[in-house]
Amino acid sequence: MTSLSGDPRLPAAFLQPGVSSFADFLSDQAPDLLPARRATPQGQAGDLAPHGTTIVAATFPGGVVMAGDRRATMGNVIAQRDIQKVFPADEFSCVGIAGSAGIAVEMVRLFQTELEHYEKIEGTTLSLDGKANRLAALIRGNLGLAMQGMVVVPLFAGYDLDSGQGRIFSYDATGGRYEETAFHSTGSGSLFARGSLKKLYREDLSVRGAIEVVVQALYDAADDDSATGGPDLTRRIFPVIHVITADGGRRIGEDEVAEVADRVIAGRMGRPDGPAAPLTTGEESRA
Amino acid sequence: MSMPFYVSPEQLMKDRADFARKGISRGRSMVAVQYADGILLASENVSQALHKISEIYDRIAFAAVGRYNEFENLRIAGVRLADMRGYAYDRRDVTGRGLANAYAQTLGTIFSSGGEKPYEVEIFVAEIGDTPEADQLYRLTYDGQVADEHGFAVIGGAHDVVAGYLREHYTEGASLDGALRVAVAALGRSANERGESDDRVIPVKDLEVAVLDRTRTQPRKFARIRPERIEALLGERAPTDAPAATADEVPAATAGDLPPVAPPPVQDGDERL
Repeated sequence: MTSLSGDPRLPAAFLQPGVSSFADFLSDQAPDLLPARRATPQGQAGDLAPHGTTIVAATFPGGVVMAGDRRATMGNVIAQRDIQKVFPADEFSCVGIAGSAGIAVEMVRLFQTELEHYEKIEGTTLSLDGKANRLAALIRGNLGLAMQGMVVVPLFAGYDLDSGQGRIFSYDATGGRYEETAFHSTGSGSLFARGSLKKLYREDLSVRGAIEVVVQALYDAADDDSATGGPDLTRRIFPVIHVITADGGRRIGEDEVAEVADRVIAGRMGRPDGPAAPLTTGEESRA
Repeated sequence: MSMPFYVSPEQLMKDRADFARKGISRGRSMVAVQYADGILLASENVSQALHKISEIYDRIAFAAVGRYNEFENLRIAGVRLADMRGYAYDRRDVTGRGLANAYAQTLGTIFSSGGEKPYEVEIFVAEIGDTPEADQLYRLTYDGQVADEHGFAVIGGAHDVVAGYLREHYTEGASLDGALRVAVAALGRSANERGESDDRVIPVKDLEVAVLDRTRTQPRKFARIRPERIEALLGERAPTDAPAATADEVPAATAGDLPPVAPPPVQDGDERL
């Protein structure tokens, strides 16, 4: 194992102290490895590769949950039924991707390496805001490709060890970074998912409750958006759900997600539009 | 007209080796011990901020003694090399052997090139496999030599005394607490100038300990062991046959000579870790 060039010695640049960002180091030493550093001909290229669709996230007291459906589409074709679009970024954060799938997955890999690299070199982890800003910088680097239709719009969530709460950040294609309160969604089905979250979200959700809320929101997104995949009952393919608390992040097991999804579907058998929210706030308690 | 003195290549290399060895011998020892669940690295290190043991990659750790700025550069280069490899190919394609080779080539080139002073460092590159048999431990010296070690290995200052203790007391397949106890006892082993044993109990706060633990569920197997945990793992400690001595009461260095072991920290701004 040497640098990729073939000289067995460590190149002088590797021995220079200073840069603790992996992406910056790559852009100096091996720019061709960066997902965004590609010379592409003019014109729209968005139809070349599959697109990932809906990601939702919601906070609850002591943590945050993120979920993504499993569908990737190319135009009217379902390109993949079981794609993973929610990834752990490090122990206390995760990232969900919507947009051009190939570039997005590569960007996540770069982001994961970036966080781990900083941690190893500096001996300490970045703050949650620091991580969110690094992701913004990576998205900003992709602007050229975004303008050709290969947009990557992730959703970033994590547990802030300093303030002791879950936080959510959304992005735009230019690398704009916006902190969201309570819940957010991104991707083609995000409008429907957000409408659903608005009605179902409560501030005092438990972990189980938060998981159920995001599964409901993804169901509503899939109900109205053809590019979002609903629960696949015949193949038993259910959303990828990641929960982060003070103890770190974990992906919810297939069985547990299946159980929640089955419950949600059972409820929809009786009422296809999902749980009915009270007409005015507080009505529920009076009823 | 002045003529440059002729120095034979043998003498030149010997001088450079002596220079490097002298620098290294001023630092404290570092031990690496294989135990049932992986590899344990331990050293005496009074600094809380400057680490001698670090994570390189999922299953690979780096430990060094000598001049801090030099081995820190090597560590950072190793992290960059490993991360770049893992990103360009796959995480499984990052190997300890490759990293040890890159270090060896780099140290060897620096040692034999006339322009630079040789690095005053010795390094461990440790990698764990799925089974103890697949564990690998490389010891690299200042001149780029690589040794493939098994069981235990020592680098730094008093390495012969410490290795002597480990040779007598090391057992294969020990538990974590067993391995830690023997490693810490070995680090505290010292002999006075008459060759009599004069062991010390190293305070827990002066120990830097980390493991590569294959039983960890995360892909990253490196973990530092915090002082509280070290305390709990070590349990009751007593020097075998000498009164407890603190670092300050270490046998006074005989003037002019290099102290046999564990010199008190040099305060001249030219310290080796």
